Amino acid sequence: MQLSDSIAEGQRIMTICNSCRYCEGYCAVFPAMEQRLEFSHADMNYLANLCHNCGECLYACQYAPPHEFAVNVPEVLAKIRVQSYGQYARPQALAKSFRRNGQVVLWILALSVVFSLIAAAANGRLVSDAGNTFYDVIPHGVMVAVFGAVSLLAVIALAAGFAAFWRESGLGAARLADLPSLRRAAWDAMTLRYLDQDGLGCTYPTGERSQSRRIYHHFTFYGFLLCFASTTVAAIYHFAGTTAPYPYLSLPVVLGTLGGLGLVIGPAGLYSVKRRRDPELGDPSQDGMDLVFLSMLFLSGFTGLLLLGLRETTAMSFLLVVHLATVLALFVSLPYGKFVHGIYRVAALIRYALEKEP
Amino acid sequence: MAEKKVLISDVIVVGGGNAALCAALTAHEAGARVLVLESAPQEFRGGNSRHTRNLRCMHDAPTDVMTGAYPEEEYFADLMRVTGGETNQQLARITIHDSLPSTIWMKSHGVRFQPSLGGTLHLGRTNAFFLGGGKALLNSYYALARRYGIEILYDTEVTDLEISGGEFKRGIATNNGKEIEFRAKALVVASGGFESNLEWLKEAWGPAADNFLIRGTPYNKGKLLKILMANGASSVADPKQCHAVAIDGRAPKFDGGIVTRLDCVPLGIVVNNQCERFYDEGEDLWPKRYAIWGRLVAMQRDQIAWSIIDSKAVGLFMPSVFPAIRGDSIAGLAASLGLPARELEQTVGQFNRSVVPGSFDHGSLDDCRTEGLTPPKSHWARCIDTPPFFGYPLRPGITFTYLGVEVNETARVRFNGNTSPNIVAAGEIMAGNILTKGYLGGFGMTIGTVFGRIAGKEAARAAQ
Ligand SMILES: Cc1cc2nc3c(=O)[nH]c(=O)nc-3n(C[C@H](O)[C@H](O)[C@H](O)COP(=O)(O)OP(=O)(O)OC[C@H]3O[C@@H](n4cnc5c(N)ncnc54)[C@H](O)[C@@H]3O)c2cc1C
Ligand code: SF4
Ligand code: SF4
Repeated sequence: MQLSDSIAEGQRIMTICNSCRYCEGYCAVFPAMEQRLEFSHADMNYLANLCHNCGECLYACQYAPPHEFAVNVPEVLAKIRVQSYGQYARPQALAKSFRRNGQVVLWILALSVVFSLIAAAANGRLVSDAGNTFYDVIPHGVMVAVFGAVSLLAVIALAAGFAAFWRESGLGAARLADLPSLRRAAWDAMTLRYLDQDGLGCTYPTGERSQSRRIYHHFTFYGFLLCFASTTVAAIYHFAGTTAPYPYLSLPVVLGTLGGLGLVIGPAGLYSVKRRRDPELGDPSQDGMDLVFLSMLFLSGFTGLLLLGLRETTAMSFLLVVHLATVLALFVSLPYGKFVHGIYRVAALIRYALEKEP
Repeated sequence: MAEKKVLISDVIVVGGGNAALCAALTAHEAGARVLVLESAPQEFRGGNSRHTRNLRCMHDAPTDVMTGAYPEEEYFADLMRVTGGETNQQLARITIHDSLPSTIWMKSHGVRFQPSLGGTLHLGRTNAFFLGGGKALLNSYYALARRYGIEILYDTEVTDLEISGGEFKRGIATNNGKEIEFRAKALVVASGGFESNLEWLKEAWGPAADNFLIRGTPYNKGKLLKILMANGASSVADPKQCHAVAIDGRAPKFDGGIVTRLDCVPLGIVVNNQCERFYDEGEDLWPKRYAIWGRLVAMQRDQIAWSIIDSKAVGLFMPSVFPAIRGDSIAGLAASLGLPARELEQTVGQFNRSVVPGSFDHGSLDDCRTEGLTPPKSHWARCIDTPPFFGYPLRPGITFTYLGVEVNETARVRFNGNTSPNIVAAGEIMAGNILTKGYLGGFGMTIGTVFGRIAGKEAARAAQ
């Protein structure tokens, strides 16, 4: 489907919804829609990024296919959403990465792992002796330089994407200083409020309400945050003079272990839920993008846990290289893969909070 | 020859809408084995109930989903007013009285309500709104029915019943062209009205019915109503009585539902094919008047009319699903609508000249009216003078019919004055006992829920 086709289909469907409004109590999309009589391309991008693909409005719709009005809100919003990712991507030259995202990210992963292994092998560091530390395999300076640079670039690209979204809203940067709206949006995002109808969960993946998607997303998201926290704490320890390896019960390792478990359980769970998903719900052509992102998170968590368990064996060097290369690939692909959904969803929730209380 | 398949259950429910499901769940809870026969395929299950959004409910104090109070007496007075007193008062009292406990029952059976928000025709006081609308409500009931182990057969249309002396013996249904026989100790008939039976509508309305649009399901053909009447069931209400609103003439023949309604009538004028106005567009607040316009349009030549507004009205009414037809002048609009330009200009000109100055307020009965014009426009009359101008075609949209079977307070169908030992009816097929004409928004779902539950209980008892 061409870009303009999805937008036109979205406009058609929103016009129907706007004269129906039965779904206005489900989520933020419908109240946001009701503030408009016409739906520009920018409006559609905004509504698309507000949608969590929970399915409620599809199963509740008396006009859902095979009705001749063929209203399928989550499907069309999913299509528009992925197009908007490309539209907001910075630099624009990389926008194409959203089209064959699964392949693109797999290539990044493969290249990262192969290069790292070759580099390590060339330096004779692929097999460790007992008693070696991580920094005997990869010097601390190299780690900091590589990850620092990649993270910085990723953050810049993500921020530029956020700015592109925000520019389209026409609200102006100053409005982002509205603390109550930020708090509201953060709360809605952190609790996944729109995947939860009165504590019953949502109709993803097959129409029966359950909490499974929300719970697994929490595992994933908070797992990611815990890993991030672990790295930050470790960095502080390092500069304070205590170098790795840290004992199993030290703060960085405990955080990292819990985070790693989250990144294993969460993505695996999300994948299992996704496999059962009703094909009507959402846009199956994005499954590749979703799957590769889930795999990257899973692999990061899994190799991290493996590394922890085997860090005193000779397999440590090999595992360290693979783990770091996976995480590196994850970071490189952050601004050009499914991760961006979090950025734009939060941005859309902030916009919603602002528009609700002007 | 292959043996005909025979289905046997304690209670068989005919229909798959609100009344049917309320009856099925209640009968199951009362210990009966229940089978549901629904003529629609699964995707279109649920009859007209799938198009609904609220039910009318009495309450003496604000609740979590309704504002203010709507006491029993006010509810009853409203009913007496719209029906002109032609109602079975005993059944009416039962319905009103049970409306509040019914909402509690609904919640405990998975239905969720929402606080009333936009576009609700100011019904937040008297009506409770279903979160997600009627299809979401039905989904909850069907999900529970599945958990209960109630068997539901879709694509299964009941085509005949054997009734002797008012007692149900057995019935015939067709499923994918195959005949099935069914037997049960008790039968619940909850198969809706006959609004999608075009021949029958024509019998009542004459050829004008060809131009009617049916707002709801194409599956309510009134077969059960006919069968019961042919077997001596006493009927109630007049076949010509139906709830008909004026909807966008571009709506599909069936199942267009809520989005085809047009709320702009009071903001402009309405003319027929000959460019004549024919009724006071500003007689009363729109929620009190929208239900007479179907009939009004049905009485015009070719059953069509046109609502005409100017750009001042844009944004003041709920958006319609079809785009307005536009013209930069009245003559231009007439051309786009296919109406004679000179006549339309005349009608608009005459209307504009009789508008007296006032302060416009769409939300109340304001003082903007016409003087010396027949028919007058009593409120919200403003000159149609600010281009661009817009027009919408109007057709009669049939919501449902009132003709039904007579029942007693336990929902048992009456045959020539005797109550059936094992046939009960609920929903639209018996609503005419209470609602003989006129309409109260949300009353259909109240009747269906209250009598669905009564019918379920009674059927389970009869099956013991
Ligand atoms: C667009 C629209 C909006 C409405 N909004 C509201 C509202 O907000 N509030 C309100 O109170 N009312 C509303 N109504 C009216 C309301 O829909 C009805 O009063 C109510 O749904 C009747 O419920 P029921 O269960 O009796 O019939 P239905 O819900 O119509 O169910 C009848 C069932 O019987 C089945 N059936 C018919 N014939 C056979 C057969 N021969 N064999 C087997 N099955 C058969 C049908 O397939 C259907 O499932 C609305 C109606 C329409 C059309
Ligand atoms: S999804 Fe369907 S039921 Fe919900 S608001 Fe849109 S048209 Fe109405
Ligand atoms: S799928 Fe869920 S979040 Fe998306 S529009 Fe529908 S109800 Fe809202």
